[in-house]
This record gives sequence, C-alpha cells and structure tokens, in this order.
Amino acid sequence: MNVLLDHFPEFRDGFIGTVSITAVSSVIALVLGVVIAGFRVSPVPPLRFFGTAWVTLLRNTPLTLLFLVFFFVVPEILFPGMSPFVLASLALGLYTSSFVCEAVRSGISTVPLGQAEAARSLGMGFSQTLRLIVLPQATRTVLPPMSSIFIALTKNSAIAGAFSVTELFGWQTLMSEQGYAIAPVFFWVAVAYLVITFAISGLFRLLERTMEVAR
Amino acid sequence: MSASVLFDAPGPKARVRNRIYAVVGTLVILALLAVSVIRLNDKGHLAPEMWDIFNYSGIRQNIADALLATLKAFGLAAVGSLVLGVLLAVARLSDHKPVRWVATGFIEVFRSLPLLITIYAVWVAFLTDYSMWALALGLSIYNGCVQAEVLRAGVNAVPRGQREAAYALGMSKTQVMTSVLLPQAVRAMLPTIISQLVVTLKDTSLGYMILYPELLYSAQLIASNTLVNGQYPYVSVIVVFGVIYIALCLALSALATWIEKRGRRARTGITVAPAEAPGGEADLEAEMTAGDTTGPADGPGGTKN
Repeated sequence: MNVLLDHFPEFRDGFIGTVSITAVSSVIALVLGVVIAGFRVSPVPPLRFFGTAWVTLLRNTPLTLLFLVFFFVVPEILFPGMSPFVLASLALGLYTSSFVCEAVRSGISTVPLGQAEAARSLGMGFSQTLRLIVLPQATRTVLPPMSSIFIALTKNSAIAGAFSVTELFGWQTLMSEQGYAIAPVFFWVAVAYLVITFAISGLFRLLERTMEVAR
Repeated sequence: MSASVLFDAPGPKARVRNRIYAVVGTLVILALLAVSVIRLNDKGHLAPEMWDIFNYSGIRQNIADALLATLKAFGLAAVGSLVLGVLLAVARLSDHKPVRWVATGFIEVFRSLPLLITIYAVWVAFLTDYSMWALALGLSIYNGCVQAEVLRAGVNAVPRGQREAAYALGMSKTQVMTSVLLPQAVRAMLPTIISQLVVTLKDTSLGYMILYPELLYSAQLIASNTLVNGQYPYVSVIVVFGVIYIALCLALSALATWIEKRGRRARTGITVAPAEAPGGEADLEAEMTAGDTTGPADGPGGTKN
C-alpha cells in the first residue's frame, strides 16, 4: 500500500501513459488494419500481394525488434528527433494492424456469398452492397476477435516502457530500482492492467449487445 | 474472382479500371520503398562497410551464441509451458470446485497481465542472477495459461461418447483423462499449440529487457559497440537479425500448417484446429465448441502478443 501512496503521482502518470499509448495506437491499428484488409480482398493483385507481405512480415517479427526498428531506423528515414511516444505508438499500431487486418478479412469472408449476390440482384452497387449488407454483418463477427486484439495491444504497450515512454512498466522498474519489494509493486501494476483490460472487454461486450441480432 | 462477397467477376470496364489501380498502387508502393532506400543511402546506412561487419568471425560467433541462447530459452519455455498447460487444463476440468477456482484464477490473472511485467517481476523477485531461468519461467507461466485454455477447448471438443465409453469400460477419472481425452485433445489442437509456440519464440525477445543475451540483446550490443564510418550499423544489424527471427517463426508456422494438413487427411473423425499464423489465436475462443462455459471474448484474455 505504501508504495502506491508514496508514489501516487508517478503511478497516475504511468496509468495515463498506458491508457493514452493504447488509445493512440488502437486508432492507428484500426485505420491501417482496415485499409490493409481492403488491399487483401481487393481485385488488384499488386495490392493483394502488398497486404499479404505486410501481414506475414509483421506477424512473424517480435514486437521488441519492431520497437528497435522504430527507434533506430525510422527516424533516419523520416526525420530525427521524433518523440518516443509517437515512435512507440507507431510501432504498436503497425504491429497490431496486421492482426486487425486478419480479423477484418476473416470477418468479411464469413458473410455468406448469397447475401452479396442477393444485394447485387436487387440492383445495389458496390458501395451500397458493402455499406448496407456486407459491413454490418462483418462487424458483428469481427467484434469478439477485435476485443482480444485490443486487450493484447494494451498488454504489449508494456514494452514501450522499456523504450523510455512513461507508462506502468516504467513505474514498476522505477519502484524496484528504488528498493521497494517487488510483490506490492507487481500487485498494483497488475490491478491497473486488470482495470484497463476489463474496461475494454466490457466496452466490447456492450457493443456486441447493441449490435446483436437474431440470426 | 466471382467467389468473393465483395465483387462480381469483372467485366471489360472493371478490368481496365483494375489494371489502372494495379499500376498506380505498384508505383506508390515502389515510390515509398525507393524514398526509404534513398534516405537510408544518404545517411550512409547502405554503404558496403556497414554490411562487412558480418564477415568478422567474432560477430558471426556472437550471432551463433545468441541464436543458441534464444533457442535454449525457447526450449525451456516450450517444455515448461506445455507441462504447466496440461496441469492447469486438468485442474480447470477437475470435479473439485476449489481446484477449479484456483486454476481459473491463476489463468485469468496471468493471461491478462503483460508478459513483460511477469518476466520482470520473476527476475527481480527470485532469479536476478539467472536471467535465462527468469525468462523461461515467465514465458512458461504466461504461455502455460494460454496452452491450458487451448487444451481445455480440445478436451471439450472430444465427442461425448468417448468419455462415456471409457467410463463404461470401468476406467477411473485419471485414466479417462490421460489415456482417452488428453491424447485426442492434443491431436486436435496440435496446430494451435504450435502456433502458440511461435508466439513463445517471438516473446523470447523480451529477454532483452532483463539483460539475457539472446538474439535481440546481441543485436543491440553489436550495433551499439561497432562504429563504422562514424555511425552505428543499426540498419544492417536489424535487417540481419530480423531475417533470422522471421525465418525461425516461419519454419515453426510451416510445421503447424503441415501438421494441420496431415491431420485433415487422416480420417479419425477428430477435427483438427486450423493452423493460424503466429498470434492469430484470437479466433480460438470463438472456436471453442459445445460444453464450453466461456463465450467468445469472455474476460480480458486475448492471447496475442
């Protein structure tokens, strides 16, 4: 208990850090993931190839290595002196985008072919079919895997702490370096992560319930 | 293409349009690549000297040692996680409520915690001087929890008749579990189990944080200790080590896919879980079949890493 009360400001900063890096990289992952999924299901071969290469590469690379890439290679390509927070969010977002892409792609492929055929035979165009028929059904199947993806993202954000981003893992190392017993520190960090992950799974369960339909 | 939900077989107009998209898309992707290469070249990262460092026997020895260290930690973690996975799965399926609760609590807590936090805590608390064991133990705890859930799904997927027949033959609970249910569960879930091993392999790179000299740690060490043309060779080192990691993971994933295909060919009536690419186990919970109490997305236990 002491360790939390004595260092509450640092703990709060760590908590906010974890939440904000999770939020920012979630947005990056979601946007990129949907775009890459669009590439992978598109009728254009080079884009499909690019999507496949993207997913294969990112899913088989350890996230820690990706962090190294973003902290030592990307600033050389873009411009030096980018903030660790931005670099870490990009690394996390890109890594997670490959998982989001696969979830979205499998979601689209679970929509029965007849649905789209029926839509087309009613005279709907491509965008109407996508917007009114395919996407609403795909979203519902995609929600449960998405929830695990974003929970995994939260957990993965701990690695950012080792790359000088303020978040909960950073608080853990700081406290143990200051000589606090690891057990209470671990306990409070665990509680903080449980709060965040339960919030995410609660949010997704709420979404699932609102979008639920009888099938 | 007509088998897609999204579009019909393209007609002449759509074919032309697709060809234009293809050309434009290729050009954009190539341009992005070219810009990156030019920028890196400008900074001297593609100079031959940067890549010559891999010709020194010392560096090659370093890479070999690091590879060995990674494989050692992975081997220990693989065995540890599988043993723990079986124990936890059996405990979760136990008839005794307290045993079930303890196992469920353990799994839920350690699955929802970042692996790095667990590894670090184990390292600081018990094994400060033995980073390999700390890494292996941390990985075993986390992946053991995931493997336990995989095995439990597998056991639940075994047809009910198998269990009933075994009891009817007069087998004890232990016998039913060890000689009827678990072997079939392992067989059905082998591709998923191996996919999770790929995740374990990738996660050995977290040893970097606890100063265990595995691949990533040596990469960082080599890059920050070698000065070529007044610069650190991060780009070349990261490319080489990245290729090693990707090759290792792809080899394991290929094994999973091969086993899945082989399992599908054998007509045993047991459905073999699809081999996911590493970290693609999100669908696992959705796949859990009848008799499973946790619905999809129940609890913060995403298994991805």
